[in-house]
Amino acid sequence: MQVKTVINKKRLQALFRHSVLISGALFLVMPLWIALMSSTHSPEALFREGLQFLPGSYGYETYSQILMGSDLLSAPAWRMLLNSLILGLGFAIGKVIISMIAAYALVYFRFPLAVPLFWMIFMTLLLPLEVRIIPSYEVVAKLNLLNSYTGLIVPLIASATGTFFFRQFYRSVPAELLEAARIDGAGPLRFFIDILIPLSTTMMAAIFIIMFVAGWNQYLWPLLMTTDPEYYSIVIGIRQVFQTLNEGGTLPQFNIAFGLTVLATIPPVLVVVIFQKMFVKGLVETEK
Amino acid sequence: MQSHPFKHSWVPYIFVAPQIIIILIFFLWPAGQAVQQSFYREDAFGLSSEFVGFLNYAEVLDDPEYTSTVLFTLLFSALVTVFSIALSLLLAVQANQVIRGADTYKTLLMWAYAIAPPAAGLIGGLLFSPLVGDLYQLLNNIGFDFNHNRNSSDAIFVVVLIAVWKQLSINFIFFLSGLQSVPNSVLEAARIDCPGAIKRFWTITFPLLAPTTFFLLVINTTYAFFETFGIIDLTTKGGPGGSTTTLVYKIYQDGFLGADFGGSSAQSVMLMVFVVVLTVFQFKFIDKKVHY
Repeated sequence: MQVKTVINKKRLQALFRHSVLISGALFLVMPLWIALMSSTHSPEALFREGLQFLPGSYGYETYSQILMGSDLLSAPAWRMLLNSLILGLGFAIGKVIISMIAAYALVYFRFPLAVPLFWMIFMTLLLPLEVRIIPSYEVVAKLNLLNSYTGLIVPLIASATGTFFFRQFYRSVPAELLEAARIDGAGPLRFFIDILIPLSTTMMAAIFIIMFVAGWNQYLWPLLMTTDPEYYSIVIGIRQVFQTLNEGGTLPQFNIAFGLTVLATIPPVLVVVIFQKMFVKGLVETEK
Repeated sequence: MQSHPFKHSWVPYIFVAPQIIIILIFFLWPAGQAVQQSFYREDAFGLSSEFVGFLNYAEVLDDPEYTSTVLFTLLFSALVTVFSIALSLLLAVQANQVIRGADTYKTLLMWAYAIAPPAAGLIGGLLFSPLVGDLYQLLNNIGFDFNHNRNSSDAIFVVVLIAVWKQLSINFIFFLSGLQSVPNSVLEAARIDCPGAIKRFWTITFPLLAPTTFFLLVINTTYAFFETFGIIDLTTKGGPGGSTTTLVYKIYQDGFLGADFGGSSAQSVMLMVFVVVLTVFQFKFIDKKVHY
């Protein structure tokens, strides 16, 4: 009798858990699903019937218009995807290299300027680009870097999050390794290249993924920086379509808006889902 | 590690140089400019500027719009932080205890980390759009007079909902990994001492999650302050009537769209000071109550 009630209680508990999780998953997935499905319907159908939950037959038209160019977009989406890729990769590569070497200098060396430099780097963590966005824009304009990949990417690297990730990681590397390397006669460069970098590969990959997603998703900075459609990223494209939706006059092209959003979302989501384990590990370990 | 560092070498200078140069040019220079401009006023053509002391600050502080922006930003970050932390904790606790489908649930609950805020804003905004939005229809059919383009409270509801939606995944990831690092022996001892599952959670598990929660508090506040720009820009544009304008959105509006560099710089400087104070406060006062 008692055994039976225990089993029933366990079942009820499991039922509760699964319903909470299913509701949570639906809550998160439904908006993107609706965007994906609606992008395969014609603008007329969307206007008449509202948003769609099932696939339609207009997908080819929508996506070929987006990718090859449409009146709504000042650049075809392939170009914007390419720019987003350059932004994501440039940001991730730059950040990983610059923060790896900076963290190495800070952890493994005593040098006169180490303490003030450390505080200078720490300060950047407190104040994201957003609070000094207008003067940053002016500085980049003065340097003639508006509408360039350099101007797009380098100012974003000024925040030293990566340096702190690597600093934490290096500090967890056992001191015996350094001792052993020194006994074998390895200098600072040798130790870095032959020992520390091979030890850091997982960490580098994790930070690379986090930074790639962060770079791909940048919005406010590219919005100010790029006025030439040649340099628009796909996230900026979303804003452009959004504005044409609100202009009125002709029938709003909701399918294009949804399709472009889906295209902007798929690459970073795929990266995160495919490298899920590595990404979660990196995220959680570095923030400790 | 730190007891035996390398000494007397050019290596650290070369290695730290790229980072420092970028910080000097793209962090300190603009930050300095913001401070300087906040004390100056430009004429209408941007040809000359004169020193005006604290006038820009006085004007910003006198502006009732600025006060309401500060209040909205605080309300917004409190709502986003509380709801996204509470919901993700609920989900993480359940996900930590199911056996069947655990990996699928995890993937379905964490992918949204990768969505860009403006993409979330566009989709969310269209769900509530009077033209096509199903949620707009639904809310009006069940008797709400809902229109986020006209009613402030509806607009606040929409931006908070989208901001929470986008933030759930990252909170979920951290809570789940926090739960997974609670040692089994602790849980078993707890099971013997404290048979009620809910009481056990609040007296044993939750205090063990305190460092994670504290960390997420900081992360979520920062997110609500800075990273929600894209959500607001693609849904309400700060409206109606400025009711969903955050501090960062106002800096952008006044400085970039309104070309009021002095006022916008004064706002930037005040926001910088506020963020630093808030961070110090969070570390000093909340951190002390957290037992690691």
